[in-house]
Amino acid sequence: MKRYFGRKLLVYILTFFIAVTIDWMIPRFMPGNPVDVLMARAGSFAGATELMHDYYTKVFGLDVPLWQQYINFWGALLHGDLGISVYVFPKPVAEVIMDAVPFDIFLLVPSILLSWFAGNWFGAFAARSKRLDNTILPLGYILTATPYMWLAMLLAWTLGIVFEVFPIAGGYSFSLTPTFSWVFISSLFKHWFLPFISLFLVGFGGWAIGMRNMIIYELEADYSHYLEALGAPRKLVRKYAFNNAVLPQLTGLALQLGVIVAGALVTEVVFSYPGIGYLILQAINTRDYFLLQGCFLFIILGVLLANFVIDIAYVLVDPRTRAGMQGESA
Amino acid sequence: MMNLKKNELLYFALRNNKLKVGLAILLFFAVLTVVGPLLTDYPPFDYIGPAAAPPSAEFWFGTTTFGQDVFTQFVHGLKASFLVGIVGGGLGTLLGILIGFIAGYRGGLVDEILNMLTNIVLVIPTLAVLLIIVAYLEVRGLFIESIFIGCTAWPWAARAIRAQTFSLRSRDFVDLARLSGMKSLKVIFTEIAPNMMSYLLLVFILQFGGAVLIAATLDFIGLGPTNAISLGLMMNNAVLWGALILGIWWWFIPPGLAITAIVGALYVTNVGLDEVFNPKLREM
Repeated sequence: MKRYFGRKLLVYILTFFIAVTIDWMIPRFMPGNPVDVLMARAGSFAGATELMHDYYTKVFGLDVPLWQQYINFWGALLHGDLGISVYVFPKPVAEVIMDAVPFDIFLLVPSILLSWFAGNWFGAFAARSKRLDNTILPLGYILTATPYMWLAMLLAWTLGIVFEVFPIAGGYSFSLTPTFSWVFISSLFKHWFLPFISLFLVGFGGWAIGMRNMIIYELEADYSHYLEALGAPRKLVRKYAFNNAVLPQLTGLALQLGVIVAGALVTEVVFSYPGIGYLILQAINTRDYFLLQGCFLFIILGVLLANFVIDIAYVLVDPRTRAGMQGESA
Repeated sequence: MMNLKKNELLYFALRNNKLKVGLAILLFFAVLTVVGPLLTDYPPFDYIGPAAAPPSAEFWFGTTTFGQDVFTQFVHGLKASFLVGIVGGGLGTLLGILIGFIAGYRGGLVDEILNMLTNIVLVIPTLAVLLIIVAYLEVRGLFIESIFIGCTAWPWAARAIRAQTFSLRSRDFVDLARLSGMKSLKVIFTEIAPNMMSYLLLVFILQFGGAVLIAATLDFIGLGPTNAISLGLMMNNAVLWGALILGIWWWFIPPGLAITAIVGALYVTNVGLDEVFNPKLREM
């Protein structure tokens, strides 16, 4: 087990290092540097331009050689300093992101977990049951093949505009200020529901199909036939099959994280939901590369953290990793 | 012997409803991609009709808020999806095969290093890399997008193929080939690969579907091709210009529906083929 986590940790550190380096490159290697963007916005006053330019260059720390910028970046990063946003100028990037992160956590964590559990449960239930296999599983194929933003657009259009059941923009009603009151929380919930359900549905279809296929593989494995031959009850055989089928599904979750994050990003864009995804689009449009950098840093951290949680879950469900043997995820 | 086996596969293929339905849908869209552009007289971006007109005899899928013909954009977008699927999915499969075979066959240190590379590519936010690339390529075509998708989508394929190679490596016939002094590459391509052909085909189908979906996502946030229309770009434009609020459903329903149908058909075909190749999965 020590070896298992030791190797994982090495990969995580290396990945973090490479990912952050790529992240660092964003504002520096983009044509049109952030200072020019701010200058263009401020308009030009002859004479003052030169001074302003120097000032902004210093503020963003772009006045030292590249290698020193790189070291400074790591130093600042470890202090939680992500620089200053251009999009909402003197506000620090870290603050802008911190405003958005809660929305992402409340959107992503429930939709990922619920779709995974519900999909697995349902897929296992539907496997080798002719009626469910022919009726509801086709729906699973359709759901998992649906582009995230299209399902979001369909929901926004039908439930939001035609039937006007749910609001389709923002994280809460624009007429409210964030307070801890019933009105505000219910508004929060109403705005959360459509993005959540569209992320949930796409994920659910995929996990249900995956589980159904895995269970069929397992039910045809030698150990299942052996158990059946011994006269074990059908329920017990299915339980063993399920335990084995969960492992690849867990690996699948780790493999799918990137796709899910990208899906959340476009879903947020459709609903103008004020999470990181929406911020990224704003940052791209306003060429706010420091904000972009901060957003990606958060995604990197989030994905690494989620991977780590999955690794721990793997140890819990796969006894082979505990016994020091190489499990499937090795 | 070979003939008999082929006929057996064909026999089960023709009896498999999943495979038939999946292939029929794919064929339909493939034909539409080829024939579609011949049915319209307009270039995809030209303003040719009244603004936001609903579907009619003249404009089959209606027009956009700018008066562009949705049907024309749709059939040209289909072509983009197939291109990205074949090139991007193909490249992803090829890289997955290459890395999976080498890692699984060699094992040891090579395996460790390739495994680490796979894990890193898996976690790195590809969007961040794409943003930097996008900034340097003012004009981007579908081909570049496909290459990019192929270069970032291979990790799961490499993992799966590695595991398969690993289990084949210790078989007697592979040992025999190695003992007879065959070179590693030759062992891989003459002994291991033929035994995994059906599996590799399934990997390609899934990569194809994945590439189409990723392309739709990239196009939707405006990181797609700049000189061509695509289904994702159609949806991007629709959202950007208020198709939702104005109720111009004919603008955003067709592109998403086509992607869903194509990718869904690919997945169903995949499961159908799996049942054909793997006798254990056939429903009796």
